[in-house]
This record gives sequence, structure tokens and C-alpha cells, in this order.
Amino acid sequence: MLVAITQLLCCQLVGEVIARVLELSIPGPVIGMSLLLIVLLYKETIPQSLESTAEGILSHLSLLFVPAGVGVVAHLTVLGNEWPAIVGSLIGSTIVTVLVTGWILQRLHRGRFDES
Amino acid sequence: MNPNFEEVWVYLSASPLTALTITLLAYLFGDWVYQKTGRMPIVNPVLIAVIVITVGLSVTGIDYWTYFEGAQFVHFLLGPATVALAIPVARLLKTMRDGYGALAVSLLTGSLTAAGSAVFIADLLQASEQTILSLAPKSVTTPIAMGIAERVGGLPSLTAVCVIMTGVIGAMFGPYVLNAARVTSWRARGFAMGVAAHGIGTARAIQINQNAGAFASLAVGLNGLATATLVPILYALWQWWSG
Repeated sequence: MLVAITQLLCCQLVGEVIARVLELSIPGPVIGMSLLLIVLLYKETIPQSLESTAEGILSHLSLLFVPAGVGVVAHLTVLGNEWPAIVGSLIGSTIVTVLVTGWILQRLHRGRFDES
Repeated sequence: MNPNFEEVWVYLSASPLTALTITLLAYLFGDWVYQKTGRMPIVNPVLIAVIVITVGLSVTGIDYWTYFEGAQFVHFLLGPATVALAIPVARLLKTMRDGYGALAVSLLTGSLTAAGSAVFIADLLQASEQTILSLAPKSVTTPIAMGIAERVGGLPSLTAVCVIMTGVIGAMFGPYVLNAARVTSWRARGFAMGVAAHGIGTARAIQINQNAGAFASLAVGLNGLATATLVPILYALWQWWSG
């Protein structure tokens, strides 16, 4: 588990360095994820320790958004007097996006991937 | 107040230990309520935890930055967790034989719908131009969204708030929308949650179904790249069109 955590941190660190050196607008962790993905796709199998560590972290992914969520409530004033338009747009747009994306993928891929 | 108690209070209200413990307790409480109410999407554990902590902070008079000094240890883990999304995506891509075209089409449509519908509705509700531009990248992960907002003339801090709100809205209402539209495939459900509601939608998908989680993880990464490319191009086109 310690090795797996170190591997994840190394990928993030390399990603952060690349993002800063090349002045990319893509965040370091996303670059780190892409690097790890490339390595894993080249390998025959995914190491068991990495599998179980990732499962452990990702099963509580929701928790990691709590501090940012509290920050949002603390900064709600940034919405100003335009909050009805903003909230309306966020709710409407999110619902339409879920609907369109899910529906199209289901229509196009029906019978193409084996469903489980 | 007993002087000894006051001393303890001064220690507790400034110590990162308190904020960290409170964050975990509030989340466990949120998760407990969610499990007890039959895991309904609308009972979102993140939202419950955020409300409990916000009320707690305002009752005790502790400000957000003092809280964040402790909570940053949880917040920090978002980085390695993002890297860890490579594992479900790798597992998925190793077994996927075809269907890449279907994914590409639904990614592009979803990405355009997310930005386009946000701009359209905000414009309809007469939001200012800066607000509209801040809303366009709201469906992707926070750092990417803030970067896009900065580039097109939005307000990055407003974008950050909108991104988190979008995630919670998607996680709370997305599953009902998918049920109503009879989207039963776990893969399509996961992908839709990832495109529309980034990491918060993905967090929910991972807890519900392994396939949904893997497709949601894939969608977060791909939509980050797609939106970072498409929104600045659309903005340039729109500027050219309106002279």
C-alpha cells in the first residue's frame, strides 16, 4: 500500500512539474493520471497493490469534496444579485447534459459492448 | 467560563486536528443518513456534511480559513485520488474492444451541451456577460474550469463555486433524470454523470456500480480536455460573429 501511494504521489509530482514547466492549463494531477494510464496500458496487468489502494481512495472520493463544498458556502456572496440566473442555469444545464449524454451513448452502443 | 476550559477551547478552535475530525465526523453522519434513507441520490452525503460543518462553524464563530487549515489534509488527497482514476480507466480500456466512436460522439455532444445550455439559460435569465462566461466551463474539474474561465474573460472564483454546485446538483438529480429517460446501461449512466458532474458525479457512480464508475472516470478526464479545447474556440467564433 505504501508503494502504491508513493507511485500515485510520484505521478502527481511529475504531472505538476510538467504543467508548470510547459505552462499548461491542464492541472498536474490530470497529467499525472494520463502518465499512469499510459504506463498501465503498456503493462500486461495492473499491480494488485495499486488496484486495492485506488479502490480504497476512490470509494471515499465524495469525502474529498467536503472542504471545497464548505468553501463554496463561505463564498456564496460571489453569486451576488445574479444568483437566480446562475442557479437556474446550473440546474437546467446539468439536467439537460446528463440526459443528452446518457441517452446518446445508450442509443449508439446498444449491442456493441457486452452489458454487465 | 472556567479558565481551564477557555484554554482548551482556544487550542481546539485553532488546531488542525479539530477541523479534520469534524470533516470526517460530518461526512460519516452524511453517509449514515444516506444509507438509512435507502441510498436515495437526493440525500447527498457531501451536501449534508457541508451543511453540518457550515452551521457548526457559524455557531462556534470559527472562520473558514481556520477550518481549512485542518481540512486541507482531506482536500490535498484530491490530487492522488485524481491520479488513481487511471486504474479504473486502464482496466476499462484493456477490456474494451470497440465502441470508441460511440464514446467520442456522446463526449462531444455532452461537452457542447454542458457549455451551450449553461450559456443559453443564463442569457435567457439575463445574466451579465461576465457571469455567462464564468458558467460555460462549469461541468469540468475545478482547476481546468478556472483556467478556461480566466482565458475567456469569466471570473475564476465564481466558476469554482459553480463547478462544485454543478457536481452536487448532478449527483442529486442525475440518477432520476437517467431513470426517467430509461437509460439503463451502467456504462451510459456513468459516462453521463462524469461528463455533466465531473468528480462529484463520478464519486457517486463509483459507489453504485463498477462499470458506471470506470466510465465516469474516463468521462471526467476526456471532458476536461474537450471543454478546455472547445470553449475557447467557441468564444473566439462568437466574438468574430458579433464583430
